[in-house]
Amino acid sequence: MLAENHIISSCIIERGTVFKDGSMLFENKEVDLAEFLLSVYQHFQLNYPKFYKMDNLSKLGWLASEVLLKDSFQKDQYQPEVVGLVLANRNSSLDNDFKYFESAKEIASPSLFVYTLPNIVIGEICIRNNFKGEHGFYIQDQFDASFIVGQANYLLDNNILKACICGWVDVLVQDYKATLYLVEKKSTDSSKPFSIKNINSIFETI
Amino acid sequence: MEKDVFVVADNVLSPIGKTTIENFDQLKKNISGVKEQNNPAISPKPFFASLFNEGDIDIEPGRTKFEQLLIDSIADALQNSGIDPTDKKTILIISSTKGNVSLLETEEHTPKLERRIALSTSSQLIAEHFGFANTPIVISNACISGVMGIITGMRLLRTERYENAVVAGADVISSFILSGFESFQALSPQVCKPFDKSRDGLNLGEGAATIILSTNEIYAGNIKALGGSISNDANHISGPSRTGQELSFAIDQSLKEAGLSADDIDFISAHGTATPYNDEMEAKAINLSELRSIPLNSLKGYYGHTLGAAGLIESVISIQSLKEGLLLPTPGYKESGVTQSVNVVKDIKPIQAKTFLKTASGFGGCNAAVIFGK
Repeated sequence: MLAENHIISSCIIERGTVFKDGSMLFENKEVDLAEFLLSVYQHFQLNYPKFYKMDNLSKLGWLASEVLLKDSFQKDQYQPEVVGLVLANRNSSLDNDFKYFESAKEIASPSLFVYTLPNIVIGEICIRNNFKGEHGFYIQDQFDASFIVGQANYLLDNNILKACICGWVDVLVQDYKATLYLVEKKSTDSSKPFSIKNINSIFETI
Repeated sequence: MEKDVFVVADNVLSPIGKTTIENFDQLKKNISGVKEQNNPAISPKPFFASLFNEGDIDIEPGRTKFEQLLIDSIADALQNSGIDPTDKKTILIISSTKGNVSLLETEEHTPKLERRIALSTSSQLIAEHFGFANTPIVISNACISGVMGIITGMRLLRTERYENAVVAGADVISSFILSGFESFQALSPQVCKPFDKSRDGLNLGEGAATIILSTNEIYAGNIKALGGSISNDANHISGPSRTGQELSFAIDQSLKEAGLSADDIDFISAHGTATPYNDEMEAKAINLSELRSIPLNSLKGYYGHTLGAAGLIESVISIQSLKEGLLLPTPGYKESGVTQSVNVVKDIKPIQAKTFLKTASGFGGCNAAVIFGK
């Protein structure tokens, strides 16, 4: 039996709210998605000019990763090559695909086209944090906790990664949900075992 | 002791052939799918790409071209393979960058269209056609999707969660994709020239491929998937690493997993898109991994860049190279145009090869490497 891995922190951004480790940190319900994402950025006093050029999927995933990692993760304890991501969603990059295609009727924009891939959000999180390890983006009709746990455990148990950010980041027009988990091989006072049951129960918090 | 992962069967479905053998026979004759295309539905101007002709693929009602390509490719690979898709021990993995995105060019934007475009709708339709017992895994990770499919399959088999993995990938070229690459000024106005001094961009291509993997010992003696790894540049979302260090890391990890050293690699099937930046980065990575003298080819001049299918098509063709002892050339290459020395193959030649390395890189800073061997 392999040693258990641990959920060090979690972050949910959904329906105008931001939760970390089960506690609501921010709420702003009466605005559309773009405005909401900007208000999250401002509320957490983030300073990252690249944020403004991202599509909504990357903004959502990137914001969730910022909240997830803040005060919960010490980047310098690991080599860049042993930190990675396993993400999934339902609608791939369709939200931005529509926007790109509309704009391309006039003039095709490379800065919109690059976001017509769901894994760009992984790239954005990697650039921000200098994470260089294994990663993968998967498309699922529903959040498949068993698959995510299986993938992340494989990477951690085989020492391919020492820390893995995994979860769900999905956007389609005004529907959105991000749930990210920071999983490491070591436990802390407040960590929970990285199990299908635990990640499902966090996923359904809101 | 980790289980060996054997290649049971494979298929390439491209504009130049419908089976692996048909494709390989065409390549032996130096026949390429890349040519000038005049298709106003895709681009108002002529462009170079490897595309199916209308009528090449018989699309059944209720399916899209993307789905039909996958079904035809998987059906051919499964035929006489002895692999039962309805077995609980068999998993289907599908790789694609854009799947059915072309539907948004012609259909009205409704919730129904959103569902129809979703890759999980396609994968479910394909799984139902063959009667796969398990929900398929769908990978969409830019241009490394195909190699990632192979690595994901290999790992799932090693955990013994499944015994067989049917890994398939496809992409179809439409105006959505062509206009995007054009906006990046990434398209060559002629047949692309990987690693060449005068390379000026890539050609797009469409196609599908399938590799069936198994840990069942009845396949012992077949070619094996030996190791694989993925890395991220953490540098730029649309430009590759300046150093090649991250792809090199993925190559080194794959070698480690395969229990091999750089000297054990007999040839490299490079990503080699023929964009100035990709090939330069790849040459640097290959040098960092001490592989500069190993013969290397890029098949992009035959197939164009087939996006989510590329890693699968190029792996299957390279597996066939191992089987037939024939190393394929790099069409379009004449004189090196990268700053680091790489041993680009110019002419088809016999080779006694036991192993090869397949590399891939893509938007989002992703890199992948996989090693196959006898």
